Amino acid sequence: MSQPPKEVIKFEVNGRTVEVAVRPYDVLLDVLRNELDLIGTKRGCDQGSCGCCAIHMDGRPVLSCLTLAKWAAGKKITTIEGLANPEPHPLQTAFETCGATQCGFCTPGFIMSAKALLDRNAEPDEATIKEHISGNVCRCTGYLQIVEAVQKASEELLEKDRPHDASVVERNRQTHPAGR
Amino acid sequence: MTPPSWNVIGKPIPQVGSRQKVTGEALYTDDLRIPGTLVGKILRSPHASARIVRLDVSAALALPGVHAIVTGKDAPRPFGVLPISKDEPSMGIDRVRYVGEPVAGIAADDEWIAMEAMKLIHVEYLPTKPIDDAKQALAEVANAADKIHPGTKFGNNLHKMVEQHFGDLPKAFSESFHVAKGHFEYAGISHTFTEPMSAVAHFDRDGRLHIWSATQVPHYLHRAMSEVLGLPMSRIRVIRPNVGGGFGGKSDPFPHEMIASLLTMRCRRPVRITFDREEVFISHHGRHPSEIDVAVGCDKNGRLTGLDIDALIDGGAYGSFGVVTSYYNGVLAQGPYRIDNFKYRGRRAYTNKPMSGAMRGHGAVNTRYALELLFDECAEKVGIDPAEMRIQNALPAYTTTINDFRITSNGVVECIEKVRDASGWKDKRGKLPFGHGIGLACSFYISGSALPIHRTRTPQSTVHIKIDMDGGVTVHSMAAEIGQGSDTVLAQCVAEILGLDVSWIRVKTEDSDLAPIDLGSYSSRVTFMMGNAAIKAAENIREQLRKAACRMAGGEPTDWVFRDAKVINTVDPSKSMTYMEALDEALADNGALIASGWYQSPKLGGAYKGAGAGLSPTYSFGAYITELHVDTETGFVHLDKIWAAHDCGRALNPLAVKSQIIGCVHMGLGQVLMEQWDFNHRSKGNIRNPSLLDYPMLTAKEMPPVDVFIVESDDKEGPFGAKEAGEGPLLPILPSVGNAIYDAIGVRMRELPITPASILRALEAKKKGKS
Repeated sequence: MSQPPKEVIKFEVNGRTVEVAVRPYDVLLDVLRNELDLIGTKRGCDQGSCGCCAIHMDGRPVLSCLTLAKWAAGKKITTIEGLANPEPHPLQTAFETCGATQCGFCTPGFIMSAKALLDRNAEPDEATIKEHISGNVCRCTGYLQIVEAVQKASEELLEKDRPHDASVVERNRQTHPAGR
Repeated sequence: MTPPSWNVIGKPIPQVGSRQKVTGEALYTDDLRIPGTLVGKILRSPHASARIVRLDVSAALALPGVHAIVTGKDAPRPFGVLPISKDEPSMGIDRVRYVGEPVAGIAADDEWIAMEAMKLIHVEYLPTKPIDDAKQALAEVANAADKIHPGTKFGNNLHKMVEQHFGDLPKAFSESFHVAKGHFEYAGISHTFTEPMSAVAHFDRDGRLHIWSATQVPHYLHRAMSEVLGLPMSRIRVIRPNVGGGFGGKSDPFPHEMIASLLTMRCRRPVRITFDREEVFISHHGRHPSEIDVAVGCDKNGRLTGLDIDALIDGGAYGSFGVVTSYYNGVLAQGPYRIDNFKYRGRRAYTNKPMSGAMRGHGAVNTRYALELLFDECAEKVGIDPAEMRIQNALPAYTTTINDFRITSNGVVECIEKVRDASGWKDKRGKLPFGHGIGLACSFYISGSALPIHRTRTPQSTVHIKIDMDGGVTVHSMAAEIGQGSDTVLAQCVAEILGLDVSWIRVKTEDSDLAPIDLGSYSSRVTFMMGNAAIKAAENIREQLRKAACRMAGGEPTDWVFRDAKVINTVDPSKSMTYMEALDEALADNGALIASGWYQSPKLGGAYKGAGAGLSPTYSFGAYITELHVDTETGFVHLDKIWAAHDCGRALNPLAVKSQIIGCVHMGLGQVLMEQWDFNHRSKGNIRNPSLLDYPMLTAKEMPPVDVFIVESDDKEGPFGAKEAGEGPLLPILPSVGNAIYDAIGVRMRELPITPASILRALEAKKKGKS
């Protein structure tokens, strides 16, 4: 049986516009890892059950193993590689200092999930954080230090009140119309 | 050594390599991009037990884009992590022994072609009746050829039987005030690390084989590959990239590592085999499904009199670490309590399932659950507080057990006191309303196996240090960082001795071409053994720097201390110099500083058969308390809080120790409350839940708060006093839940996992008067 033909799609990934040829059944995870060398996004299960492949599509968290690549056409994708800018995001440093990363394989997925939460809820309580990350599997940490890291990052972001990336700049501009 | 004088040791520092992990830069095996790499796939058996009548790969080989196909006959020599049970072929030869056993390997241009090729491989099987569980395996088999492994010495499908007796158990039991007995059953469970196994192999044009693999045991892989592939070890290079968790599940050499190697040797292109999640479950090697009968006796004062253990464990199709597991189920119950009369029988059966092997807390977890529940029963009969009775029975520090384990530092009593006092135990136990309960349990675990697997006088861990003119300290070891933080321990130990910050240290633990032998990350050996080797190597370097300092400024070698990248003269501070100044002098007319340090366990133990099992240069101890409530309508157990105290000798990195303890709590709670490798006989040898959707684990939402207490008993032989913190902390969580459930609803749950259905059945039975 011969393989169906490829189709060229265009999308933005971490601020850069890319064009890739994909087959109809290709999932975004494969395209990110194999075509674009964005290996920070991990493959843990291929069935949306571990969260290791979480990325953002137009600012919303999605599991790239369950997302057909062609759905990315025209969209803005952010992967773990797009978070450090160039200094690491407070979530990234908090994961380090709280001991929220051990083997690290689940870490990119957790950070992308947590970032999606903090982007729309700057001060989530513990229960909200736990609920939000319950689709991500970590077998090393027992989760508590991950929750702690998300809390710490949230505090840091609020405290510094400094825009970190474009979406936060935009949000802050809306919240503080006078600008800063 | 006085703790406050340390710069790096005892500080909660982030893991070495954590910046790469949080930014997505860290490379795991499947992330490697070697030009020209082919996709490797494994054709697996659909039968639990069958003869292979015909195997024809010619049509598949003819498919364009297929570069090589290998089968069992290409590598007939079996292997196994233990020299005493090398019984696993790279791929089934003439027969298959479990569903999912590799039958052929394919290397192709892409996954699509590999899958198409798989369909073209013609295999004709003659299915035979599988052995489903350990009890069936005990039945005599008339014809040896019909056994799963015809060469075994038993007339049935037993793999291993061990027996030990110490003291006079029948007499002890006959004189006991009470003997608590129970039959306990445990489902098999899986490690479920997040990174699927992956291996990339490349046989280069010089005839050297390079393998990158997600392994905990690069050295054992190195040995096994040499034997199976017929290449001298010097022609093989093993590289361990970042490993996404192991927990024992990556501590054997695996067929896929052999298959990737055979394929690249055939076609000379790099070949990558990365598992999907189902293959991870099939390759399993998890905790053995077990049935354990335990009896614990005590006198009227609550003093333990004797212990009888009879364990039957389901090993699956091959040996793996099973001989060790067969011993550990008994011998690791010899602490933390003094028990002078002890009898153990352990039996491991071959069955037609994916094999069981080593998993975090190897062999000790299931027996520990039974022992701690029966301990509480004894306490109840005697009428004494279980915490008090544990303190009374605790082994002292620096003693020897009846089976000749040498006990050194021991903080178990302090652990019990810490969790007892912090949890409000005295006001809660037996006093909470029906449905609410609190339970206590202790632990005892090896800190590295004293006996190496292979009979050799090579040290168990060697560390090399090299310092060149830039001042950076390069540290080589093959100790496998698998996420537990061993690279950090290595950097800390060297940094502390040399008075440097960790950022000066470059840890190189990936590549067997560069680093000296370490036996790998299993049996909680790395901190203790590699740490000691690292200290020795660093002390050698420090001596060289001291001599250089004396040459420059005079004085005695003993005058110098190393701190904050300075070499300080304690007699005349004006002579002090920077580390770089001392290094310049040390390098003059000398070249790079190099040093080697090693660790070899002292000779320990008794002279009886099996005396080596469970021997360790030191042991960890712990005590946990769990508070929970049971919904008696639904049977659900709700965890309220855990108090966890663990004696790790010294916390070299308290952040890492805390992470290990909480991670252990999570994994143990999974086993006691939900996890099971669901193997149903009607499913004809298939695992019914080989996915993360169907294999239940605690999510962030179910994880209760955990108060961690690190107890530091300062082990005399440990690196800066340290011993293990990676596996022992798993042991007490299961029985602390079991004992808390008894406190809550008055039933002792003897089957794991404790599901809501089993709670409701137990409550029903209790109502009817049969407990």
